[in-house]
Amino acid sequence: MIHSLFLVNSSGDIFLEKHWKSVVSRSVCDYFFEAQERASEPENVPPVIPTPHHYLISVLRHRIYFVAVIQSEVPPLFVIEFLHRVVDTFQDYFGVCTEAAIKDNVVVVYELLEEMLDNGFPLATESNILKELIKPPTILRTVVNTITGSTNVGEQLPTGQLSVVPWRRTGVKYTNNEAYFDVVEEIDAIIDKSGSTITAEIQGVIDACVKLTGMPDLTLSFMNPRLLDDVSFHPCVRFKRWEAERILSFIPPDGNFRLLSYHVSSQNLVAIPVYVKHNITFREGSSQGRFELTLGPKQTMGKGVEAVLVNSQLPRGVLNTNLNPSQGTYTFDPVTKLLTWDVGKINPQKLPSLKGSMSLQAGASKPDENPTINIQFKIQQSALSGLKVNRLDMYGEKYKPFKGIKYMTKAGKFQVRT
Amino acid sequence: VWLDCLVEGEDGVGFAGLTFVSLLTSVDMSSSPTRNDDLKEMLENNKESLKLEAMKRIVGLIAKGKNASELFPAVVKNVASKNIELKKLVYVYLVRYAEEQQDLALLSISTFQRALKDPNQLIRASALRVLSSIRVPIIIPIMMLAIKEAASDMSPYVRKTSAHAIQKLYSLDPDQKEHLIEVIEKLLKDKSTLVAGSVVMAFEEVCPERIDLIHKNYRKLCNLLVDVEEWGQVVIISMLTRYARTQFTSPWREDGVFDENSERAFYESDEEKTRDDTEIKPYTMDPDHRLLLRNTKPLLQSRNTAVVMSVAQLYWHLAPRNEVSIVTKSLVRLLRSHREVQYIVLQNIATMSIQRKGMFEPYMKSFYVRSTDATHIKSLKLEILTNLANEANISTILREFQTYVKSQDKQFAAGTIQAIGRCATNISEVTDTCLNGLVLLLSNRDETVVAESVVVIKKLLQAQPSQHSDIIKHMAKLLDNITVSMARASILWLIGEYCERVPKIAPDVLRKMAKSFTSEEDIVKLQTVNLAAKLYLTNSKQTKLLTQYILNLGKYDQNYDIRDRTRFIRQLIVPNEKSGALSKYARRILLAPKPAPVLESAYKDRDRYQLGTLSHTINTKASGYLELSDWPAVAPDQSVRNVEVIEPVRIHPSICTALFHFCPDSPPSFFHISCYCPSLPVLLPGEGVGSITGEDWEVQAKTYSPSDLRHCVDIGFVKQLLFRVSGYLHVFRSVTVSYVVPFVPQEVKLQKEVSLLDLDDCELTDVKPWFCPSVLSPSLLTDLEGLSLSNISTMQVSGPAFVPEKSHNLLHRMTGKGLAAQYQFTRQPCLYQPNMVSVQISLTNTSDHRLEQIHIGERSPAGLKIHCFNTIEFLEPDASVTVSMGIDFNDSTQAANFQLCTKEDQFSVSIQPAVGDLFLAVTMTEQDFRKEQGKLQGMNECSATITVTAENTSSQPLNRRVAAMANVGVVPSGQDNVHRFAGKTACSGAVLLVTVELRESSAAVITINTEKSVMGSMLLRDLKKSLAQA
Repeated sequence: MIHSLFLVNSSGDIFLEKHWKSVVSRSVCDYFFEAQERASEPENVPPVIPTPHHYLISVLRHRIYFVAVIQSEVPPLFVIEFLHRVVDTFQDYFGVCTEAAIKDNVVVVYELLEEMLDNGFPLATESNILKELIKPPTILRTVVNTITGSTNVGEQLPTGQLSVVPWRRTGVKYTNNEAYFDVVEEIDAIIDKSGSTITAEIQGVIDACVKLTGMPDLTLSFMNPRLLDDVSFHPCVRFKRWEAERILSFIPPDGNFRLLSYHVSSQNLVAIPVYVKHNITFREGSSQGRFELTLGPKQTMGKGVEAVLVNSQLPRGVLNTNLNPSQGTYTFDPVTKLLTWDVGKINPQKLPSLKGSMSLQAGASKPDENPTINIQFKIQQSALSGLKVNRLDMYGEKYKPFKGIKYMTKAGKFQVRT
Repeated sequence: VWLDCLVEGEDGVGFAGLTFVSLLTSVDMSSSPTRNDDLKEMLENNKESLKLEAMKRIVGLIAKGKNASELFPAVVKNVASKNIELKKLVYVYLVRYAEEQQDLALLSISTFQRALKDPNQLIRASALRVLSSIRVPIIIPIMMLAIKEAASDMSPYVRKTSAHAIQKLYSLDPDQKEHLIEVIEKLLKDKSTLVAGSVVMAFEEVCPERIDLIHKNYRKLCNLLVDVEEWGQVVIISMLTRYARTQFTSPWREDGVFDENSERAFYESDEEKTRDDTEIKPYTMDPDHRLLLRNTKPLLQSRNTAVVMSVAQLYWHLAPRNEVSIVTKSLVRLLRSHREVQYIVLQNIATMSIQRKGMFEPYMKSFYVRSTDATHIKSLKLEILTNLANEANISTILREFQTYVKSQDKQFAAGTIQAIGRCATNISEVTDTCLNGLVLLLSNRDETVVAESVVVIKKLLQAQPSQHSDIIKHMAKLLDNITVSMARASILWLIGEYCERVPKIAPDVLRKMAKSFTSEEDIVKLQTVNLAAKLYLTNSKQTKLLTQYILNLGKYDQNYDIRDRTRFIRQLIVPNEKSGALSKYARRILLAPKPAPVLESAYKDRDRYQLGTLSHTINTKASGYLELSDWPAVAPDQSVRNVEVIEPVRIHPSICTALFHFCPDSPPSFFHISCYCPSLPVLLPGEGVGSITGEDWEVQAKTYSPSDLRHCVDIGFVKQLLFRVSGYLHVFRSVTVSYVVPFVPQEVKLQKEVSLLDLDDCELTDVKPWFCPSVLSPSLLTDLEGLSLSNISTMQVSGPAFVPEKSHNLLHRMTGKGLAAQYQFTRQPCLYQPNMVSVQISLTNTSDHRLEQIHIGERSPAGLKIHCFNTIEFLEPDASVTVSMGIDFNDSTQAANFQLCTKEDQFSVSIQPAVGDLFLAVTMTEQDFRKEQGKLQGMNECSATITVTAENTSSQPLNRRVAAMANVGVVPSGQDNVHRFAGKTACSGAVLLVTVELRESSAAVITINTEKSVMGSMLLRDLKKSLAQA
């Protein structure tokens, strides 16, 4: 399946290679570099590149290309999903997945890759199992290991590997038993010029951080499970129970994991929490353009809209901007033409606005299209769809865990066309 | 011999070594040429920490792609190191360089051979992994042997590794194929979910054509699928897709035939139609086909996008047409994932949406383009939107397209114009609107947009040129400004083709082109020559000279094509003696009506590849692509998939009940299972430590399936065991489960003595499947008994010897306004509290509306303790649900009255226990029985003599009769004519002993010893009746 893996940084250097079968020369990456040159943006490199003898399947994350070399037919998603899982694992182990972090921990990276694939076929990808095989590096452990000569590598087959709950390691112990659940909803929307919604949908996830001793068996029930239209589960969730009772019943993995992703049925009308008033004009023949933007809250269920960030890719003809924000700070990069306005919190009494002029290239004709405005925001303590967790129960263990549930709404791909 | 001379490193690390390392590191920074010597020195040092440090740096070199092969001899010496991390790093090195240094690599082989016999499964597995990864042809026989051995290893993990090794060996030496197939065949039979994915992968790689190997394993694979790890699922699903296409008949036939029929009905005679009808046999889906579809469906909810995609393609290729659409939602969900995932999924949706618009039309808005999408994502979304366009939604789509055309991403804007063109040809209603829109775009400032519009307009006009001469005129004007050659060429072609519609403009255009001919692109030159030729034929008066001028220019052009074309055209249109007959037809050749180009999707014929494959993505056949065969016209023999069932599957419910109900309320700390399977002579013992409660079990108890068993019991401990039990359940003849629970308060007496044995305050509880009560408790129990120094009285609550099928009416459907309820005593120890009696209630909704919130309300007498079932949110009409509850009868037969409430109503109901239901069966030895009996004399004893019927004189029916009457366990008896039974009361735990002694001439003496004399006499009365009955 996966023959080799090359890690390529943004400047086009291969800084790590790993082969699971015979060695494939790194010159195979030349095809990738060609494609990279042709692409205008780093994101535009096609994920699948056929070469005369191999196929290159790549993912781009944290500005690192993970290029897998394939020799024969394999579902491309299989490879892509696996590569993303590799990145997730690195992030889990090192906190960040950067070139520097990978180079610093090259031995652990190698050991991990060795365990994750055998002959190109995934062997162990569950983080709980990997952590038993190879302990994540911490400063303390490194010091201890150098002194005592003990290693980061486990000597026993992790018990999870053979069990039906491979995602959980055994013998977990905590002094403080706690289970936190974050219900995070993202609203994706496209708003047209006139302010009417073209499309809007809510996608949510429940991320969990469970630190419980032993083998707890949790059930999580919702007040309104019918809201959830389409769901995908962590393998720990018992599907039959969900089908029958709409209750999430599971033995959680240890640590952080994504319990559930869901889609709120599109029949429910999505309340758009912010509105944008805009007036962006370019006059023909003049080298000036007007730029006016006002943001305001709308249907936020009484919660404040925070961490608002506006960015917009202005047309190429714009040389510079001279804008005046009523709050927050704005920056304009004259090279990439990216306008960013960090608004912060929206005060409903005094709506934030950004007004001023843009100077255009002299003599150039007026741009045909007004820029699209991308908005990011957060609303704490509220899930936009109205999803509510009813209760969380634990069975299988005697102690009383500390339980917490947090709700948050975020903007996903929230675009306003102007 | 070689290995003998290898020095193994000494254990032990000192601080001196540590400082030395740091020193070395600093040194080698400055002097890199000698670096490898340093490393060699470190590897040859006795200090493990130095060696490890050296290996880490070597791995760093390998990772950077630097050559470290010269260190091979120094590294390979450490292959037998005791330090596991060092060893692993040496493995990494070996696998990387063994191919280059084959002779030296052989040094390490014997170490691996030894490790293959290691008791630690991880070491066995990793030895096999490395051994099989060393690509040295000499060791092929050794590898083969190791694979064969590992394939029958105890540990499924090692077996999984052997499946991987098969592929490695095959790629090293394809001649081994036949032997490897044998191993694959063996591993395919493996029932472990861990092995399934890997062996199917090996199958696909080595012998995908041997579909016959799958037959016997097909059903097993389908059933295991949900529990296989996610990567294995992908491989198995795609293999099963291929398999199903060779083994089942098409489920599409029926609707296909139906369509034909409805068409035919219009214009063919009835006679023919009836003949057709008789030919059609009703299609019934093979149950195995259905099984596959059913078992893959839950995987659509997987978090792994590859799994979701593979299920989607399975449904696409195998499911009846009307079922395919269930995958839509899941595919659309994947669009939220990473960019690369989106790319692949959109490609597949593009192919699907050509054939099945309806599937994705409701999700049209999910394909709207965002300005932040990557270009290839944008064009795929555009493609899909175009495919989805129909009369109903075209206006929405066109409005959306209008926004895209203005995009700053000009490549995307150009793509949109093409899409508009396709919509215009596909949907005739909007052709004019689109054409007008495109004409407006001709005045766009961006050249690529204009050029693309010209090209698309050309195609559209060609389709219907009748009334569009003004558009052609407009385009002719554009020729002055447009520089994109494709667009210029298109305009020239258009004018040439329709020169008779624009008779005034055409010659003028030719004049302009003649002027700039030399500086044009080749493609424009060719079209200029064409235009000249066509004008010469239609309007030779005005253009004769111009044409000759252009042909002369073309004659001396640098490009072969243009020179050729010029020569050809000249011969064709300018008649001379040499041109012969052909020039007569020049007009018909050049101005022949040309078929309009069909604007169609680039994904039109992608469906020749299996969806989700690499070949589909790159639209060429990738190496190793396995063709999906067409459905067979006649289904091959179905019986090949039949597997001899070794034993009837009656075992499940009993095991489950045993497990569910014998969980005492304090969590067991020790658990033991042993399973015996007659066909596979394996005993799978094992143990685990953990804890558990019963709440969840009860819910699961409703459906007794192996996978439920797995889920509910597996909480924490005995994972491996129960996992095996669930996998093997259908082949076991008997499964014995026992566990030790910590201190149970009401059995203090027993407790004390057990604790003498220092068994950590343990009481032993043993559970056996109730249909084979004569099987003695498992080895653990006997072991523990063997440990006991004195005659310890052990009393164990066991499973009921008999569970009466009879259920009693709790609530009649008439009185309950549609809600009917029945109750049954399960005779299992109650999960909630040990002194309660567990009652199972089945509720049925016989009304025609849904009943909501069924729960238990007020109860009487006031002190009655009931463990209620959880409120049932709703019950659909005709649905029924079984719940269990616990009632504390307080060792009396007084009925428990309570109210059963729905949202609207309340019904008073009562449960009346028979005295026999208030006991719990207990197993004890005859010895203990006598001892207990001795304590319960006088007032505590009651007896009666009866005449038993003839059939009750033998032990089997007698035992059954007694067990049916009261929940008591059989005590093994040394005498044939004396039968003993033991139980205890549920509430107070008082011992109940029943003795039935058969005398001559069918007389029998029943003796009952118990502290609860009232219950004793009631039971005696019932027993008398029962045994005297025929």
